[in-house]
Amino acid sequence: MTEMANETVWQARLRTPGRGLLLTLIGLSAMLAGLFFITVVSTIGGFLGVLFFPRATRFLRSRVDRYRRVIGRWTGVEIERPYLPEPEAEPGLPGRFKSFVALISDPATWRDYLWVSVDPFVLAFTAALPIYMILYGIWGFLLAAFAGGLIADHGGNEWYTFVHVDAGYAHSPLRLAGTLVVATAFIAGAFLSGPPLMAVYIRWARHLLGPTERSRLALRVRHLTETRSDAVDASAAELRRIERDLHDGAQARLVAMGMSLGAIEHLLDRDPEKARLLLAQTRESSTKALHELRDLVRGIHPPVLADRGLGDAIKALSLDHPLRPEVTVELAGRPEPPVESAVYFAVSEILTNAAKHADASHVWVDLRHERGMLRVTVTDNGRGGATLDGGTGLRGLERRIGTFDGVLALSSPVGGPTIVTLELPCALSSPKISPS
Amino acid sequence: MRVVLAEDLALLREGLVSLLETHGFEIAAAVDNGPGLLKALLDHRPDVAVVDVRLPPSFTDEGLQAALEARRRVPGLPVLVLSQYVEQLYARELLADGTGGVGYLLKDRVFDSAQFVDAVRRVAAGGTAMDPEVISRLVARGVRDRPLGRLTPRELEVLELMAQGRSNAAIAQQLVVTERAVTKHTANIFAKLDLAVTGDDNRRVLAVLAYLDR
Repeated sequence: MTEMANETVWQARLRTPGRGLLLTLIGLSAMLAGLFFITVVSTIGGFLGVLFFPRATRFLRSRVDRYRRVIGRWTGVEIERPYLPEPEAEPGLPGRFKSFVALISDPATWRDYLWVSVDPFVLAFTAALPIYMILYGIWGFLLAAFAGGLIADHGGNEWYTFVHVDAGYAHSPLRLAGTLVVATAFIAGAFLSGPPLMAVYIRWARHLLGPTERSRLALRVRHLTETRSDAVDASAAELRRIERDLHDGAQARLVAMGMSLGAIEHLLDRDPEKARLLLAQTRESSTKALHELRDLVRGIHPPVLADRGLGDAIKALSLDHPLRPEVTVELAGRPEPPVESAVYFAVSEILTNAAKHADASHVWVDLRHERGMLRVTVTDNGRGGATLDGGTGLRGLERRIGTFDGVLALSSPVGGPTIVTLELPCALSSPKISPS
Repeated sequence: MRVVLAEDLALLREGLVSLLETHGFEIAAAVDNGPGLLKALLDHRPDVAVVDVRLPPSFTDEGLQAALEARRRVPGLPVLVLSQYVEQLYARELLADGTGGVGYLLKDRVFDSAQFVDAVRRVAAGGTAMDPEVISRLVARGVRDRPLGRLTPRELEVLELMAQGRSNAAIAQQLVVTERAVTKHTANIFAKLDLAVTGDDNRRVLAVLAYLDR
């Protein structure tokens, strides 16, 4: 009962019987899928089953996913898919056989089958019970209204709980009243008992449909492998960029300066005037080299970030931004340096997007740490319509914060506003005592 | 004129000491860390302090923090901050108390010793010396707005130099015009930006900075 998300008790009570009905309907198609599945399984001995097994399994999974989806929607907590990662699709018979082996050895496949075969019974006595009770209540009202008389007239005979429906029923106020009381009690009971029964059902569903320890680990490994390779690629690209910048920039200038100094040494006695000119140029060169190094360092690790941490670094960023974003920071300490750096550059990129593409006049940045999550929201009042792909670089950004198990959410309806939210799990170190 | 100097790299510290001494400054103390700087500033009460932003032991903005703290305890203590980077955020913090006597320059401005020494003197006299990079970024951002956009290119140039803390005479020299021409430009600028005219150079600079930093 406590699992229902964003609902009042009464809303939950009113909605639960309908949900039981929906589950019953989903159950019908799931049962058919289960039937198909077990039929295919029975032909595995012949070769045909091997060929059809993957298709039957995927079909079954798609049916079972419906339960995960609706329960996720009702409770606000997704049931994660428990399936082990499938091997990459390969053409031809060997590929089919591989995927057959992978699917048949995945325990989740059999748990799915167990689900479709046992769930109808569990459902009938938990989540679907209220709908049966309501139907029975309605039957009671129908009996009292006319059906009871009809049955008796045709010589029929029927019990509505303890009320005997036979000749004379329609003319016995006591029995009619009894029927109404019982019917009302059933309907009221259905609404009242709905949420606790649904809670039991959801617990059962989470238990059987959710991931097992093994599948959780396997999924985790796959995620880590992907993000690790992204991280390695990104840092390799970064190093290449730094190498190129140094090579073409400061390094080249230092070589030029060395040559100029050599020339100056020569000219010093013969042509002091020319030497002076060259000296001025050399000094100019050194200023430029410094300038380039500065820009390079800013791109690697911005000084304010090193000095003051994320909050002030983003404030500094906003001071340099043409739209002067409003920055709100609620951080009680500093995240790990790699997280700080990733978030800083992410925000920097999002702000650049806002200035370049969004046609916005106002931007707000909100940075806070709550329940172990660092959450950054960048909102602009621009024209909206931004997508993850398509030149905004948001996809790459999503991958980079993925390295820290972070997620990126984008909401950008046409006409605006655009809201980009980053969320990363991280701990804060206690604030540094400022030296004074 | 007595100077307290804080710079952690020995080579640069020696260079600054000899540069300042050649120009007739007296070095009261040359320190290489944040806590030492604060102590030296409070003990010696120099005419001006020349401070590197990043200092040991934390190698963060320790120099800046010490300078700000010293100015809190000794209001108006002239401080010229040197850094490898200029940050608007730090410039704002230095200017925040509105009393002047602050400077914020890139380290490579030291290369031009005449201008650098001029900046030190200006700060010591209660004036302002803001790095051209800080100012040009402020102006670049402000030009999108109407009032700044109404200035002529020449007036923008004068505005930038003014915001750096230069006097009319220095601006005239730099732009190779007469001082009267500069006076005319500044009057125009103040009228266009709707700022109150003031005869005091220092207050004029602070007004312009405040305007740019809105």
